[in-house]
Amino acid sequence: MSPLPTASQSVAGSRGNAPRVGVLALQGDFREHLRVLTSLGADAVSVRRPEEIADIDGLVIPGGESSVMDKLSRAFGLAEPLRAAIADGLPVYGTCAGLIMLADGVLDAIAGQQTLGGLSISVRRNAFGNQLDSFETDLAVPVLGDPPVHAVFIRAPVVESVGDGVTVLAHLDDGRVVAVESQNLLGTAFHPEVTGDVRFHEYFLDKVRASR
Amino acid sequence: MSTLETPSQTGRTEHGSSRVKRGLAEMLKGGVIMDVVNAEQAKIAEEAGAVAVMALERVPADIRSQGGVARMSDPDLIDGIIGAVSIPVMAKARIGHFVEAQVLQVLGVDYIDESEVLSPADYVNHIDKWKFQVPFVCGATNLGEALRRINEGAAMIRSKGEAGTGDVSEATKHIRKIKSEIAALSSMSKDELYVAAKELQAPYDLVVEIAETGTLPVVLFTAGGVATPADAAMMMQLGADGVFVGSGIFKSGNPAERAAAIVKATTFFDDPSVVAEVSRGLGEAMVGINVSDVAAPHRLAERGW
Repeated sequence: MSPLPTASQSVAGSRGNAPRVGVLALQGDFREHLRVLTSLGADAVSVRRPEEIADIDGLVIPGGESSVMDKLSRAFGLAEPLRAAIADGLPVYGTCAGLIMLADGVLDAIAGQQTLGGLSISVRRNAFGNQLDSFETDLAVPVLGDPPVHAVFIRAPVVESVGDGVTVLAHLDDGRVVAVESQNLLGTAFHPEVTGDVRFHEYFLDKVRASR
Repeated sequence: MSTLETPSQTGRTEHGSSRVKRGLAEMLKGGVIMDVVNAEQAKIAEEAGAVAVMALERVPADIRSQGGVARMSDPDLIDGIIGAVSIPVMAKARIGHFVEAQVLQVLGVDYIDESEVLSPADYVNHIDKWKFQVPFVCGATNLGEALRRINEGAAMIRSKGEAGTGDVSEATKHIRKIKSEIAALSSMSKDELYVAAKELQAPYDLVVEIAETGTLPVVLFTAGGVATPADAAMMMQLGADGVFVGSGIFKSGNPAERAAAIVKATTFFDDPSVVAEVSRGLGEAMVGINVSDVAAPHRLAERGW
């Protein structure tokens, strides 16, 4: 891996009025998110330390292993500041493991696993089973219009229950919920960052701009 | 929960596509995959922050010292490990042993490692990995070998290193070799790529793709001899997407702490102060053997072609 751009290295204002969006870079496919956000004109920076969230306008939590992100975010003092920032209205988009990190409740978690929370949902980890059950499909997402979103589910979670204030953005044919939104928070059980369809990221950046 | 009024999935739902196979490896990036020989070790690895575990009967250091033919693990052992953890479980099949791979797929492992650490079952052919729905990771010592494996359907590559030694020098050599050969292709003009493909003994189309993108089309981890947090961080600085640690953890004095330290060093690979901090008080590292003391016929990296 080559050195990552970090919030501390990046020159403030160097991208004009572009929103600065952090990508949690503890583990997972954070590079794919950085690439998509940069291509959409955001000032995308990787985030691994508490001081790096100080001047971001939004945050993406990537796909990866949620139990590892949880451990590292606590070990390096990121979890508490992130919880505070989420409560304070920081826009956050989580994909797959990122959705788990945003959920208030997790089913089939490993012992002691915590989340950042904020989304009033409970999710089930590895809801489809092992890798043989991973799949890709076209998914109607009414809020994004046509065409459907090509969605890649990799040992993906599903949203098992939805609390007050949470809007369902997409579900599978069998009714299982796989994309949700609640005020400043957005979550998908699948990975738009690996398909080239940037509409979820655009939708999130609109949220970020609206909150500035 | 919303109930549905109209079907929401249009088009075809596809399992086992290249994108799905390669996608799991993408999600493992920046992580550490740890060799485990039983459910108890698998739990320690998960608790320490492993991103996946590799289920096998003997770690490479024991295979090396005990000798004999090393084969796929007992299905009971693999079931036990799958049942013990919720992170992905990988398992090894012998090079060319497509029936071991069929068995591992039926057992429901998340990734198969067609591995030189086991005794090869076919000294000519590797497994035709396109035939499987489960993804494969394969070892490589250079770019040509990596591209041949990708051409056979590998969805992830790991540089081989020299497993079971605790000597990181071969891992260094192989990741540097692969990275430098990719860089060399990127700087070639188009008419030079025909000969480059011939010299790499790799498919021309893949060679052109590497020259254009400057990267492998699949995730590249490193393996073979990583024993310390600093070893892992060095591999990451050399351009690996993540790290396999075999004997280095459970052949050391304090597996749980060493495993957690290697995980942290892999994430903060470019921050020597973190690597220093996590390296403190880990106790004995695995004893290790210098690769130069291993007679050539016993070097595992030379298996596979």
